[in-house]
Amino acid sequence: MPPARQKRDIPGTTLFDGNQARKGYALNKMCYSFNSAENRALFLRDEDAYCKKYELNAEQREAIRNRNVLQLLAAGGNVYYLAKFAGIFGLDVQDIGAQQTGMSKEDFKARLVEAGR
Amino acid sequence: MAKIVGAITSTHVPSIGGAIARNLQQDAYWKPFFDGFPPAREWLAKTKPDIAVLVYNDHGLNFFLDKLPTFAIGAAPEYRNADEGWGIPTVPPFQGDLDLSWHLIESLVAEEFDITTCQEMLVDHAFTLPMALLWPEQGKWPVRTVPVCINTVQFPLPSAARCYKLGQAIGRAVEAWDSDQRVVIIGTGGLSHQLDGQRAGFTNKAFDLLFMEKLISDPLWVTRYSIADLVELTGTQGVELLMWLTARGALLGEVNKVHANYHLPISNTASGLMVMENL
Repeated sequence: MPPARQKRDIPGTTLFDGNQARKGYALNKMCYSFNSAENRALFLRDEDAYCKKYELNAEQREAIRNRNVLQLLAAGGNVYYLAKFAGIFGLDVQDIGAQQTGMSKEDFKARLVEAGR
Repeated sequence: MAKIVGAITSTHVPSIGGAIARNLQQDAYWKPFFDGFPPAREWLAKTKPDIAVLVYNDHGLNFFLDKLPTFAIGAAPEYRNADEGWGIPTVPPFQGDLDLSWHLIESLVAEEFDITTCQEMLVDHAFTLPMALLWPEQGKWPVRTVPVCINTVQFPLPSAARCYKLGQAIGRAVEAWDSDQRVVIIGTGGLSHQLDGQRAGFTNKAFDLLFMEKLISDPLWVTRYSIADLVELTGTQGVELLMWLTARGALLGEVNKVHANYHLPISNTASGLMVMENL
């Protein structure tokens, strides 16, 4: 018997399932392109044109404009590709962790250190 | 027949690459992490593997969502690292072992694992950083490699039980390989961490330590958990412990813990390292 579909509410967590993958394909495809330094430069030169080329929808375009990770996730973004977008601005996973939790980076890092005690 | 000398499991956090590049191994923040590795290197110097079968998860370097295999095996003469977008230095290429790659592919498909074969394959930080930690003399890799990539990007992911069985099938295949080569199994990822969502920064030290203990004494213990359970318990990326379980599965039978290290945090992650060999 096939197992029941795993639907679970985990607070503050969105599993990147088929629904998210469908919703976010254009956004993730654009972010995947940022593996290339040339593409990162093209994005910085003309962000509008770059987003248009990848056919981002309005929600995705707005989330990119706002550099807002929670909005990008809600628009179907996957964190592995979004990390490449964040990398354009020199942001690491602790910067985006701080942004998503509404903490300063220092407080976010201190919380992690505390968890190790 | 080929011999499996043992398994090593390690974290693969990207910022390790930056720390290596900036020589921060003895910096107060990094020292408890890097100090875990010398015993693993000593064990490698003693057991002298010729080939590393490295089980890892790609983070959007080789695979995109257009085609995303659950299980993929490299069958390339050489594996290169490349720009992942956020600026850690790339490392020199790794030599493959085509004979073992194809032997694994044939054996695993015969055991009903539907494998994607890759005659070209870029390897990301999850492959390169554990290699650089275990063999720090940059670019002088003393082993040939066979990458085994497990999807942890796109849900549904393969279950813990399935990954353990994959590991067992890899173990049987290597042991049945008509060769005098010595093989180490490496599994990279985890331990608990979460990068995305309001729960970013989540870790679970108690679970990690129990998992490490059970990996030695009772590896099937973790297979009681569904993927959703594991995400809840270890974070969206903590689920990479599947790589550890796969590597452990390849050590058929009972094992002895040679070495272990655990340190929380490096970056957003609880780091872990284990060296295991068969009794």
